[in-house]
Amino acid sequence: MAAVEGLFTLDEDEPRLIGGRVPGTASYFFPKHLGGADPRVGPVELEQVLLSRRGRVWSYTTSHYPPPPPFVVTTEPYEPITIAAVELEAERMVVLGQCIAGVTPEDLEVGMEMELTTDTLYRDDDCDYLVWKWRPVAAPEG
Amino acid sequence: MDAIALLGVGMHPWGKWGRNFTEYGVAAARDALADAGVDYSDVGFVSGAVTVRCGYPGYVAGSTFARALGFTGAQLASSYSACASGATALQVARGQILSGACDVALVVGADTTPKGFLAPNAGDRPDDIDWLRFHLVGATNPVYFGLHARRRMDLYGATTDDFAMVKVKNSRHGAHNPNARFTKEYGLDDVRNSPVVSDPLRLLDICATSDGGAALVVSSMEWARRHGHRDPVRVAGISTVSPAYPDPVIDLPYLAADSLAGSTGAPVGFKESIGARAYAEAGLGPGDVDVAEVYDLSSAMELDWYEQLGFCGAGEAERLLRDGDTAIGGRLPVNPSGGLGAFGEAVPAQAIAQVCELAWQLRGTAGARQVEGARVGITVNQGLFGHGSSVIVRR
Repeated sequence: MAAVEGLFTLDEDEPRLIGGRVPGTASYFFPKHLGGADPRVGPVELEQVLLSRRGRVWSYTTSHYPPPPPFVVTTEPYEPITIAAVELEAERMVVLGQCIAGVTPEDLEVGMEMELTTDTLYRDDDCDYLVWKWRPVAAPEG
Repeated sequence: MDAIALLGVGMHPWGKWGRNFTEYGVAAARDALADAGVDYSDVGFVSGAVTVRCGYPGYVAGSTFARALGFTGAQLASSYSACASGATALQVARGQILSGACDVALVVGADTTPKGFLAPNAGDRPDDIDWLRFHLVGATNPVYFGLHARRRMDLYGATTDDFAMVKVKNSRHGAHNPNARFTKEYGLDDVRNSPVVSDPLRLLDICATSDGGAALVVSSMEWARRHGHRDPVRVAGISTVSPAYPDPVIDLPYLAADSLAGSTGAPVGFKESIGARAYAEAGLGPGDVDVAEVYDLSSAMELDWYEQLGFCGAGEAERLLRDGDTAIGGRLPVNPSGGLGAFGEAVPAQAIAQVCELAWQLRGTAGARQVEGARVGITVNQGLFGHGSSVIVRR
């Protein structure tokens, strides 16, 4: 199940982020449930839309130290995570996400094409808790 | 905008003292009152900058400091806007003074911080973006600093040694500051050999969290004149602006920036807008600035501010740094106090501490870190959730 409900679809092959859009405009927000507004329109009920699966790297970094709770550390010892900010193709909106395991800063560069996938964030005895992650469209060389 | 007089400044040294934040705030306030030569009974308004890490007394900081100094019936306010809280508290005080509600105000901020990463409040709170970014992405504050640093490298060809040079410069400044927590002079190799925190930034590129306190005594120009302050340092501009939609830059604590799909034309950068407002209020521009205190949460971020404050064009900050322009003795010294790299961040005190440093610089009493002939100074910082903060002081 999703680690937090309502932020992305659980489609195994083509998961999508669930965003909000000001009806009749190209003003998007993510996540939808935390709103936001385009002041040219004012506060309105956002309509739910599925966001582009692909985009280009705006920037990237790592967390070499384990983030504090509510992050759940799943590896012992902790393995650094790589995080990418990706500008979505159609929405021209930069969205953060972890990269899939194995992707390091050496594999990334600004402008590189990325696509959305889902992966386990953590698990307990009952199930896997999923989150969206970014992966390079072209598999890293080597 | 009418100016107010900056009569007195005071600080409690930064460190990891582990004592009640009230103690630091009171020490700073007493120093500021003594520095101003103002009797506490003349203070009509106490403006506290809030700390959210020290329980209820932190939320009502104005009251906490006023009671610790002795309640006099003065009016109170407590302001929270994250790292910008100190500037907001000063802005509230200015409003009281310029409206005539009081003649003299005391602005105080202090904090006691835990070790390690600043983290969100506990509990299961998916309706809090600050909680979501930690839970789902592991996006600590240094993660955002790392994203912006990498972007500088990619867009402008900045190097990790450029970032390290900021730390080296500021540590050289901070070595002469008795209020700084870290007074060691670092070399390039110290930074290069410190562990990576958020690539490309290393431990010595990123500011620590500290305990500390800072305070200002401000008054109307008229009150200052009547009480013998003939040529006080003046607060000429204060900016507490928010971003203007659409803001395309991803920043703390959000998971997404605004979308540009529905916009035409170049968006106004939030960080550029922060200084612009202060310049407009003061009737001054970047060319008038002699000294600046900027928020170097990371070494790379200091370089961003050079451009966002208009000291140079986009992509030119590294050249300013390499040419020595922003070191003491250069054309436009930045962070003569040592900056956050030498202090570590005491959130509600930090924007106030920036103003303290500029006051000493403009009075010519900054000792070994004096910027010669400084007459105009600017501070800048940014609190998460879109709080701008910039103060211009001048002779």
